[in-house]
Amino acid sequence: MIRASELNTLQYDADLCIGCEMCVIVCPHGVFSMAGSGNGSRNAQVARLSRPDACMECGACQLNCPTEAIAVESGVGCAAAMIRSALTGQQDAACDMDVEQEQSCCG
Amino acid sequence: MTQTDPSDSQPRIRPTESIITPANRRDHFLARWGVHRGGHRVEPGLYALGNPTPSSPVFVTANYTLSFDTLRSSLNGHDGYILVLDTQGINVWCAAGKGSFGTDELVRRIEATRLHDVVSHRRLILPQLGAPGVAAHMVKQRSGFRVQYGPVRAADLPQYLEAGQSTDEMRRVRFGLRDRMTLIPVELVHVVLPTLLAAVVLYFVGGIWLSLAVLAAVLAGVVLFPILLPWLPSRDFSSKGFLLGGIVALPFALLSAWQQRDAAWWLTILAPLAILLPMPPLTAYLALNFTGSTTFTSRTGVRREIFRYVPIMAWLAGTGVVLAIALAIVRAVV
Repeated sequence: MIRASELNTLQYDADLCIGCEMCVIVCPHGVFSMAGSGNGSRNAQVARLSRPDACMECGACQLNCPTEAIAVESGVGCAAAMIRSALTGQQDAACDMDVEQEQSCCG
Repeated sequence: MTQTDPSDSQPRIRPTESIITPANRRDHFLARWGVHRGGHRVEPGLYALGNPTPSSPVFVTANYTLSFDTLRSSLNGHDGYILVLDTQGINVWCAAGKGSFGTDELVRRIEATRLHDVVSHRRLILPQLGAPGVAAHMVKQRSGFRVQYGPVRAADLPQYLEAGQSTDEMRRVRFGLRDRMTLIPVELVHVVLPTLLAAVVLYFVGGIWLSLAVLAAVLAGVVLFPILLPWLPSRDFSSKGFLLGGIVALPFALLSAWQQRDAAWWLTILAPLAILLPMPPLTAYLALNFTGSTTFTSRTGVRREIFRYVPIMAWLAGTGVVLAIALAIVRAVV
């Protein structure tokens, strides 16, 4: 596993990639792209980290990777929820910001 | 086949259409203003859009009215099935993050609606932003249905259906001016009560201008900040908020200094400080809280920002409030 960026917890092991492209399909920030594996392995194309700093840790790639080549500590990047959970001592304070479907989230 | 015979054991398929009625629009407006949160729900289950056949596509969405309505209106002119998951009235992306728009609920809903008997194929089209909750390979294993992730925005669905896949552009989440402004009403609703209370208290403590200053600081945080977000210099939300709060506080501080121009020299300095110290951290705190509404902040990044800036905010705001109270006492005595 290679730590992808100093800014987030994304880790990726290219050796486990089977080239299914799911991570490229699910990532909303274009973190992954497909590239030639270059070593004549079983797959002509494997995923590569093209924008690792853009990862928002939503966890979609990890969940949809069938070979567990991706790991990320997923969670919501929501200050309100994190401060609330720190103050109330709860581990996972619920997010109350059910906003818009397409563009935004409670984080 | 829009509705099955109730005497049949087959679960009901509800009819729906692409038209957005005035009643729908009213519901969307109220949802945007945070009225009756969690109450903007669609009954979970299977819906027939137009006149679908067993080979028509199946679209999956959340049971939040805005999610369901955005989907069905985007599919104007298309026939298909809409499978609505029970996400307790929460939109797709947020529900996926919590797992209620997830593998378990999807598999359960497929079985409850007997989707196997309704359609002849084994494909589901899910919104891409449902992916943080759904493991496509697990759905295939448990239900036999193959999950295909569609575009981020329902508006791109017709183009997706035609091409059979999303373009890179359709896979990217955006956060344009319009998207940011859509969030302002609900941000306002969140702060309106404590803000008005603070404004009334400050009116009696320090007069009308102090009262207006706190209103300006709050409005800068929840209205100006979302609008100006990409254009404010610096990287993180807190420093952007400090900057904006400082700019908004400056006229009030100068006015305060001018009002105290004939007072003792220390009062001419301290009175504006009672505004310059607490206002920017208030705006910055509201700015930091906006992270939860954006489409790109990570948990790691936000945690780092909280540890770095919240102590500074608390210290500045605390000092400012103590100073303002001290000045009010001095004025009352003198």
